[in-house]
Amino acid sequence: MAENVSELSVDRIAYLEGLVSQARTAAAVFTQYTQEDVDRIVKPMVLAGLEQAHYLARLAFEETRLGVLEDKVMKNMVATEFVYNYIRDKRTVGPIREFPESGLVEIAEPMGVIFSLTPITNPTATVLFKCIMAIKTRNAVIFGPHPAASRCCQEAMKIMYEAAVKHGAPEGVFTCLESPTLQDNAWLMHHKDVALIDATGGRGVVKAAYSSGKPALGVGAGNTPVYLEKSANLDMAVVDIITSKTFDNGTICASEQTVVIDDEIYDLVLQKFAELGAHICSQKEAAILARAVIDPETGNARPMAIGQKATDIARVVGLSVPPNTKLLIAPIQGVGREHPLSVEKLFPLLAVYRARSVDEALKVCLDVNHLGGRGHTAVVFSNNDEVIRKFGETVDAGRIIVNSPGSIGALGGIYNDMVPTFSFGCGTGGGNSTTDNVSVYHYLNIKRMAWRTPTHMWYRVPNQIYFNRNAVENLGQFPSRSTIIVTNPALEQFGLVEIVRRHLPPGTLVHVTAIPDAEPNTKIVMQGLEALNLYKADQIVALGGGSVMDAAKIMRLKYESPDADLEELGAPFLDIRKRVVRFPAAKIGHVRLIAISTTSGTGSEVTPFAVLSDKGRKVTLVDYSLSPDVAIIDPQFVMSMPKGLTADTGIDCLTHALEAGVSVYASPYTDSHAMQAIRMVFQYLPIAYEHPHDEDARTMMHNAACIAALAFSNASVGVNHSLAHAFGARFHVAHGRANALLLPHVIAYNAAVPTKFMPSPHQRAYTAHKTYARMADMLGLGGQTIEDKVKNLVAAIERLLDQVGIPRSIADLGISKEEFELAVPELARVAFDDPSWRTNPRMPLLSELAELLWKAYYGRAIQVTASERELTYDNECCVAQS
Amino acid sequence: MTMNAVWLKVEGGRVVPALQEALEALDMAGGEVLLDFSLVDRIDATAIRAMEKLAAKAREKAGKVVLRGVHVDVYKVLKLTKLAPRLTFLS
Repeated sequence: MAENVSELSVDRIAYLEGLVSQARTAAAVFTQYTQEDVDRIVKPMVLAGLEQAHYLARLAFEETRLGVLEDKVMKNMVATEFVYNYIRDKRTVGPIREFPESGLVEIAEPMGVIFSLTPITNPTATVLFKCIMAIKTRNAVIFGPHPAASRCCQEAMKIMYEAAVKHGAPEGVFTCLESPTLQDNAWLMHHKDVALIDATGGRGVVKAAYSSGKPALGVGAGNTPVYLEKSANLDMAVVDIITSKTFDNGTICASEQTVVIDDEIYDLVLQKFAELGAHICSQKEAAILARAVIDPETGNARPMAIGQKATDIARVVGLSVPPNTKLLIAPIQGVGREHPLSVEKLFPLLAVYRARSVDEALKVCLDVNHLGGRGHTAVVFSNNDEVIRKFGETVDAGRIIVNSPGSIGALGGIYNDMVPTFSFGCGTGGGNSTTDNVSVYHYLNIKRMAWRTPTHMWYRVPNQIYFNRNAVENLGQFPSRSTIIVTNPALEQFGLVEIVRRHLPPGTLVHVTAIPDAEPNTKIVMQGLEALNLYKADQIVALGGGSVMDAAKIMRLKYESPDADLEELGAPFLDIRKRVVRFPAAKIGHVRLIAISTTSGTGSEVTPFAVLSDKGRKVTLVDYSLSPDVAIIDPQFVMSMPKGLTADTGIDCLTHALEAGVSVYASPYTDSHAMQAIRMVFQYLPIAYEHPHDEDARTMMHNAACIAALAFSNASVGVNHSLAHAFGARFHVAHGRANALLLPHVIAYNAAVPTKFMPSPHQRAYTAHKTYARMADMLGLGGQTIEDKVKNLVAAIERLLDQVGIPRSIADLGISKEEFELAVPELARVAFDDPSWRTNPRMPLLSELAELLWKAYYGRAIQVTASERELTYDNECCVAQS
Repeated sequence: MTMNAVWLKVEGGRVVPALQEALEALDMAGGEVLLDFSLVDRIDATAIRAMEKLAAKAREKAGKVVLRGVHVDVYKVLKLTKLAPRLTFLS
């Protein structure tokens, strides 16, 4: 290609440069036009084209000596009237489509300068068509006509240009290469100011367009197979095929090339063809034709036959046919180079093949399709929907024409509602970028304006929560024939199960399933499931801490949906509404789940979460269908909690509230719960810790745990939990305690300006530091600036941790630095893979997770001296006051 | 050093004559021409050609073409025709 370009003279390059410059200016000026401006120009152009349809057809016919004059007139009319009918009301300037519900607006932008190559077979119609499209889309076009159709194309363009400019189009909007050469084409294809190449023509032209490196619409050769199936309307099929194949002497590249006919109707179909003016060739005649019209070197049809009449072709090759012969039909026995007539023949010669079965017919059609016609056009005549559908699925064609003529059908708008065109996209099979009938939208850059669309939020909680002392009495209002109490052996020993049993309605069949007080595994779940099935339970009462309630949630899931795949349901997700795996909606029955918590921290009695150990790994299940139906928050079940458990679970509750408060999913609904829980923990945890029998304090902490859970059930948690999950699992540290060790550091981290912000359409600004400041205000911690308030909150948490006897560093747990150092990279990785941080206000980097772990190892974000409790804060961690 | 300056207010319908006038001024005295384009909301190919000549003249005379108050649609045309870098814009 480059060698060709180098052969251009200086004068010729100046000429070509002038064409581009003129088109570039026109395209630039055109950008100022409105839709109304454009539409005002297009209509008179169309009328001018219609007016001159016959004249241009004659010019094309006389210059190219191809086709049929009358058909060329028709083509010119289709290229103007039919195309206009399709585009007249289309918006192609500025905003063209709006989707208010999605916050999307599509804006049409012209492409600029289009270099358009037009074929010898449809010269004037293609020029008319492309001129109308270009004006409708505000583009300028440089035409590169086929050298043997140059004059008629010039004239078609001139008629369009004069009509367009007369009605306001920019000067220079169309130009046409005079005496076009391949070198000219190559030079223009590589010009930096040519935005798009629209190449309609033969394989060489299309290949050159796509090889140029420019965006291109290259649409070229086909090889249309036709399946004529035995259920078809044969009279209609035969007429349609003749109409189509003889239209403009077969020059349309969508025209029929090989008709595959079912054996049962083969002879009858040929007879019908013959009756309507087709000459059925003998084997000998077919061989003569093949030798004459197909070049054995290339395997392609010889140019001498293209667009010629059947009788002329017969005469030239020496066949004797009746003078009224309009179509030559040559039987073939196979497809491929050894069957020369199976290729594309842009003249009225049709190959026919006798198929013994549908399967054979489809295969032969596919063979024809793949012999130079991939992605182009295919035709089926049948009244069997199954056959039609199978044909459509099998062939590789952008246009599959059903029970109508191929060439005229593919043009669109005549026999069907396809888009009228003179340019057929052939998809990747044809080396094209589209399978569409090329039209105005292919001449536009469609810009999409996308407004920020905050997606809807939610607030989902169990529909019944009973709280305060003796709330357990409410069990009596839930009738049950058979109830399974899921608990752990210790609670059974302490008599708590008996309290529950006592309050169930009389006559309830009760079975107790005691499970170990540890994270449930698949085996435990399956054992519980056996009990549920055995006793045909209609109610589960989960009495215990987080592990028991998680087990009960999963048992119910498997009981109601036996096919639920727990491992698959634990698949990771970013947004619960868009998750890949959906929890089963179909259930074989509903089992009521009542959760009675015996600790004041996890909040599992109201959460949609459950953790399962499966095949040596943790599976976290999240779905609102897991949430219990009823939660009972009765302090009598927590009065005997030991101090350490009181502290750990209380800090777990505080962490839930703090993380939900700054979550990117926080909402006014969850904020109220988060704030209330924080206030209650600060007020009542120290009392519950120091005075375990203080029923008021126990009650308020028990409620606080549930209230915090209502917040994080909807807003979720954050980095603190990710790290605590990883660290706690690795070093066997209780969850609440692991949270506590990290909490001050995570607050300082979230309050700082993030290295990476968390993408979140719900958030209008980074507000974590301000939220912490509001929490400090609510607690009355004082401080003038946001920075001060955050410091005071962290200090208050440090004091609280001291008050409830929580070790202040990981080192204090007796974990050696060497052991911890070895573990940190893996802990950071596991924490990063934990879904909890997905709602953290700040997106953590792996290095930051490691840094937080190290801070927790050494302890204290705020240094508190024993004597003065004076604050010294790590300022690097604190956000600048905003 | 002194510099000649010509200031022209361009009417929407008289872009080409105004550019011609500016061209003549530049040709005679060099220096800088300041064209107030605030009333021009569209330009055509003839105006583009006139602007190209003006920019070429400014270069030849080591002068400067300054456009003030150019409408964004017109500015886009000047960008697409690659004239914009040869001009100075004032808001």
